[in-house]
Amino acid sequence: MSAEWPLWEIFIRSQHGLAHKHVGSLHAPDAELAVKNARDVYTRRNEGVSIWVVKSTDITASSPGDREALFEPSNSKVYRHPTFFPMPDEVKHL
Amino acid sequence: MNREEALFEYLLRLGDTDVVLAQRLGEWIGHGPVLEEDIALANVGLDLIGQGRLWLALAGEVEACSKGAGRSEDQLAFLRDGSAFRNLQLVEMPNGDFAMTMARQFYFDHAHLLSLRALARSTEARIAEIAAKAVKEVTYHVERSADWVIRLGDGTDESHARMQKALDALWPYTGEMFVTDAVDVALIDAGIAADARTLREPWLAAVRPVLDEATLALPAGQWMQGSGGRGGKQGVHTEHLGHLLTEMQHLQRTYPGAQW
Amino acid sequence: MYAQLVETGLSKLQARADMAPDEQAFQARIDADIKVEAKDWMPDAYRKTLVRQIQQHAHSEIVGMLPEGNWISRAPSLKRKAILMAKVQDEGGHGLYLYAAAETLGVSRDQLIADLHAGKVKYSSIFNYPTLTWADIGAIGWLVDGAAIMNQIPLCRCSYGPYARAMVRICKEESFHQRQGYDIMLSLCRGTAEQKAMAQDALDRWWWPSLMMFGPPDGESVHSAQSAQWKIKLLSNDELRQRFIDQTVPQADYLGITMPDPDLKWNPEREHYDFGAIDWSEFHNVLKGNGPCNRERLAARVKAWEDGAWVRDAAVAHAEKQAARAAKSTVGASHVR
Repeated sequence: MSAEWPLWEIFIRSQHGLAHKHVGSLHAPDAELAVKNARDVYTRRNEGVSIWVVKSTDITASSPGDREALFEPSNSKVYRHPTFFPMPDEVKHL
Repeated sequence: MNREEALFEYLLRLGDTDVVLAQRLGEWIGHGPVLEEDIALANVGLDLIGQGRLWLALAGEVEACSKGAGRSEDQLAFLRDGSAFRNLQLVEMPNGDFAMTMARQFYFDHAHLLSLRALARSTEARIAEIAAKAVKEVTYHVERSADWVIRLGDGTDESHARMQKALDALWPYTGEMFVTDAVDVALIDAGIAADARTLREPWLAAVRPVLDEATLALPAGQWMQGSGGRGGKQGVHTEHLGHLLTEMQHLQRTYPGAQW
Repeated sequence: MYAQLVETGLSKLQARADMAPDEQAFQARIDADIKVEAKDWMPDAYRKTLVRQIQQHAHSEIVGMLPEGNWISRAPSLKRKAILMAKVQDEGGHGLYLYAAAETLGVSRDQLIADLHAGKVKYSSIFNYPTLTWADIGAIGWLVDGAAIMNQIPLCRCSYGPYARAMVRICKEESFHQRQGYDIMLSLCRGTAEQKAMAQDALDRWWWPSLMMFGPPDGESVHSAQSAQWKIKLLSNDELRQRFIDQTVPQADYLGITMPDPDLKWNPEREHYDFGAIDWSEFHNVLKGNGPCNRERLAARVKAWEDGAWVRDAAVAHAEKQAARAAKSTVGASHVR
């Protein structure tokens, strides 16, 4: 197997947020690419966020805490949003 | 060639370059070296399609002004033959391996950013607006391609060799980014277009330190492809563009007039 | 579904009376809808089943990038190209969230990928079918993503926290996927006669495989019952399939195209659509490796991985060099003092 990239935990503070929230993890070879990958992976529908990345092995957890997923819609790439496609009123479940 | 015709040509150069490069990047999706990179390459591709669409749409409007009727972004992208395309030869080059793709990106992104920064000061308000928005996206592209050139250049022996080979192979296609012709000159004088000749030195100044850090050599060749007025910007392409367009345009050509 | 026929490793449903005290406590938390988190104690069978289920789901997303990725270069307009690139990119992202969820259970993504490439684990049967026309891209968004949403929304409430949260994120993105597919179908069905025929042809080829996605009837399945008790599978295959059919038939009616099922008929007593017999031998064959595209799909993933090895290695080598340099310069600095 080729060399494995370390796992990083990603924390994001949105434009309207007060604190960084844990949104998930990703693999990157180093911190710089981890930040850039986090931007690509976890902020595709968002602009102007602050990103922290921490190597998973550097995290010490006190107790199984509740880590919340972050999702905030935004309008930069409009077609990503379901409301971009006007669906005929008669058709349900879309 | 009057001012509007020149502007139309110039906008095609910008739009076609973006669309062709986006087409190349799209080929990587699902086949990248790691999942995070599929996502990142798609982002760059999406930025470029977005920019390309704006340039082509504007070109169509300019065409309408000068000829009474203008083509849509899709008519321009899907119904012109290769000799009518005005993209840089550099961006139609095949993806090759990841090093080749990154070398192509690295060479292009820096020049693209410099050009867009200049265009953000264009006297033509619509151009300035599109360029200003694009600058934000391309700033990121520049960082990304530099990051990869450094990691591949100063990575393993294999990655270094592949990266150097890619830089050497694509070097002759970089010259086209810094030459001007009659189309450019008319627009430069009016403060509409960026003067590509003035971008060469700042481009080298940006590229050299990255290559140094990457332990890679800046190629030294003097001869540039597409020179003497026979470059992609004048509609003279490599053999690669025809195949790219055949694939890209297939549906619109097979079902003329259909809406999608 | 994306995770079809997930085995639990158990041969019968565990009755609470037969459980050890820690298993009983664990089951009680699940019954109380308290989320299980990564560092919590969990029965080995629960952990293993989740790893199987989540990884099948993740692999499905990644392999699923291929049939749709097949049409990026030929999308018939710049807008459609951008939308499709964004969708396929999202699928990559979904795979990534799911691998991340699986990794919280103590496996590495690289190991999961190795298992996929070695043919040791499955991915959803649906992605072994070819995309032959642009209409297939519409059909996949409409039907396949539609089916996926049916399954994924309940999973947002599943017992394992990291998986549930990944599903919440995925569900937010998924409805764009289904709508873009239906939007394509609308354009085609409102278009030329050839376009409408293209749409009908795509429905003809994708309908039955979409129904098979939900998996065989599982009323008798021990695995399904156990997974339901653990709250990692929340509705039966048949329930989901029926819901999907009931929801989708009117959508096809609106488009003016018909499902390739002569037995498809509204049943006013059941208040559901009756439908024809599914050819489960096709499903099992596809899972076994005999589908139209199994070999190509896996070969494409293996090739991408192997061709990319030198890239991944280079990035790690560079990171190690940087770390060594940083260490050396601190040592050097302290010597200077």
